[in-house]
Amino acid sequence: MKTITANRLTDGRVIYRTATGDWTTELAEAARLDEDQADAVLEIASDESHIAVGAYLIELEDDRPGGQKWRREGIRLAGPTTGSTHAQATA
Amino acid sequence: MYQYDSYDHAMVADRIAEFRDQVARRLDGRLTEDQFKPLRLMNGVYLQLHAYMLRVAIPYGTLNSTQMRTLAGIARDYDKGYGHFTTRQNLQYNWPALVDIPDILDRLAAVEMHAIQTSGNCIRNVTADPFAGAAADELEDGRPWAEIIRQWSSFHPEFTFLPRKFKIAVNGAKADRAGIRVHDIGLQIVRNDAGETGFEVWVGGGQGRTPRLGHLIKPFLAPEDLLSYLTACLRVYNQHGRRDNLYKARIKILVEALGPDEYGRQVEDEWAVIREGELKLPAAEIARIRRFFDQPKQAEPTPVPVTENRAFARWLDRNRRDHAVEGLSSLVISLKPIGGTPGDITDAQMEAVADLAERFGFDEIRATPDQNLILPHVRNGDLEAVWNGLVEAGLATANAGLATDIVACPGLDYCNLANARSIPIAQAISTLLEAEGLSEKAGDVTIKIDGCINACGHHHVAHIGVLGVDKRGEEFYQITLGGAFGSDAAIGSIIGKGLAGEDVPAAIARLLHTYLDIRAENERFIDTLRRVGSDAFKEAIYADA
Ligand code: HEM
Ligand code: SF4
Repeated sequence: MKTITANRLTDGRVIYRTATGDWTTELAEAARLDEDQADAVLEIASDESHIAVGAYLIELEDDRPGGQKWRREGIRLAGPTTGSTHAQATA
Repeated sequence: MYQYDSYDHAMVADRIAEFRDQVARRLDGRLTEDQFKPLRLMNGVYLQLHAYMLRVAIPYGTLNSTQMRTLAGIARDYDKGYGHFTTRQNLQYNWPALVDIPDILDRLAAVEMHAIQTSGNCIRNVTADPFAGAAADELEDGRPWAEIIRQWSSFHPEFTFLPRKFKIAVNGAKADRAGIRVHDIGLQIVRNDAGETGFEVWVGGGQGRTPRLGHLIKPFLAPEDLLSYLTACLRVYNQHGRRDNLYKARIKILVEALGPDEYGRQVEDEWAVIREGELKLPAAEIARIRRFFDQPKQAEPTPVPVTENRAFARWLDRNRRDHAVEGLSSLVISLKPIGGTPGDITDAQMEAVADLAERFGFDEIRATPDQNLILPHVRNGDLEAVWNGLVEAGLATANAGLATDIVACPGLDYCNLANARSIPIAQAISTLLEAEGLSEKAGDVTIKIDGCINACGHHHVAHIGVLGVDKRGEEFYQITLGGAFGSDAAIGSIIGKGLAGEDVPAAIARLLHTYLDIRAENERFIDTLRRVGSDAFKEAIYADA
């Protein structure tokens, strides 16, 4: 299974493309794409750079980022693994 | 500190207005990302994993309290309440929205700061000794020269599109704290037999994929010839530099290909043509720039306090440095709390530092290549008050120069180019070494961590370097030993196969235990390593792997 991700033009936040062609910050709402359709949808998504910058395909396994880039995409999804400096300092 | 003249103000204001317009055109679709990307990079705006990143230049690492408060306000209003100091004496914001960046740049400009030339193939922010103008071992303050280079190179048409980015460092003290041998050009201020000061010119150093130490191509350059000589260095590079291959386009590759002697000879030829021209620096101009920096600090010759308070004493011992003026000290503010993110600082902490600098520090703050801050001038009678203020702000970690004073690049937690994480490794090493009491016992040791070979965190020049690599989706870390940044600069060598991330902290702890076992009395880690060689530590590192 694959899906399409990018960074939102206005603020750079991680977004995913839904089956209806909207962009969302929620991976759960992202389109699930089969191998054979993925490239065609990516081509359409790449034309949406007024919303989404640098669209590309990622692999999903069990609805989580998978494949060789699972960690990178997991960090994009959930944020840095370092803990919040602000929370630490104000604790 | 140097103050902008009206020309600088107008230039920066124009650039922001231009960028505001470019952002608007990008947002409404008139510019594509391909068109916009080089424009945003020229203004210090990157796109990282989760957000845009804005890199703010801190020329030669010098800030005043108003500037620090502005940085704090931006962190609070446009970011997530913190900023990140880098090894390049820049501050990076990890979370700004593109739509806000023109406003952020306006706020920066109001306090004479900007993000220009923090990116792109131009002459970047000039690095200087963070203790410049304060250090007891200083020959001459390097910052006026850094400023002269900044003014000359900013927006310089001939050098705005170089084969690659170009980094210059100036060091005016005996000890090299600016890293002159790991910059494209390093300038070391020296005195000749006649008692005149001038520059040693080192060329071709750099880190990244092909780490190299710079070569001395000119043992003494008279100050008035600085800009003509630099121009000659850049012209020879610009003519030859290989634009076809990104990795080969750095001057270090050119100097290596031609040989330092031949490169130096070509520079001399070019220089002979332009030396007596308009680039000769008039003594009056040098004096004018110097005046912005030469503000003699007055102090009673009060000695450093002797204290019963162990925490204060420990902090004085680790974080205080001798000052050129009797009665003053320089203080390192560690941004390396145990288990924290190296270089991160919150809005409230920035404000606390600004307040302390204003009340006790002649209104001056420095950013260091170790991702720490410095109050360069503090009266010895005020040391305890400053320490109390730092304790209150959570900034009194007494570990400057120790193994827990770790440098780490953003790595895979933020960076688009990363292969592996850096910060969590730093956090785990710091926590373990502190728990085992090793940080204090092992004394001066540098540990630097990178998430890829670009080496933003300087792992090549760390006593103990850690480089993250990706093997089919798993993070591994190569350990390098024997690097050094400074007068004894050296590139570390890889000692063996990579370790899994969770094994790195214990491996480094075992390495330091071995050092403590075999060191001669008062022998620093790096000296023991040089004496016995890295093989002696190999077993310790791989003991468990
Ligand atoms: C997070 C975004 C960053 C990106 C995308 C980035 C990108 C790069 C790249 C591509 C290089 C290699 C250039 C070359 O070899 O020509 C480089 C080098 C460097 N970066 Fe970064 N960097 C980032 C963050 C940082 C940070 C946070 C620091 C400071 C801690 C830093 C300091 C440096 C330094 C000192 C070098 C020079 C190494 C040399 O001498 O070649 N960078 N960076
Ligand atoms: S060293 Fe690599 S991973 Fe680390 S910040 Fe630089 S480019 Fe990113």
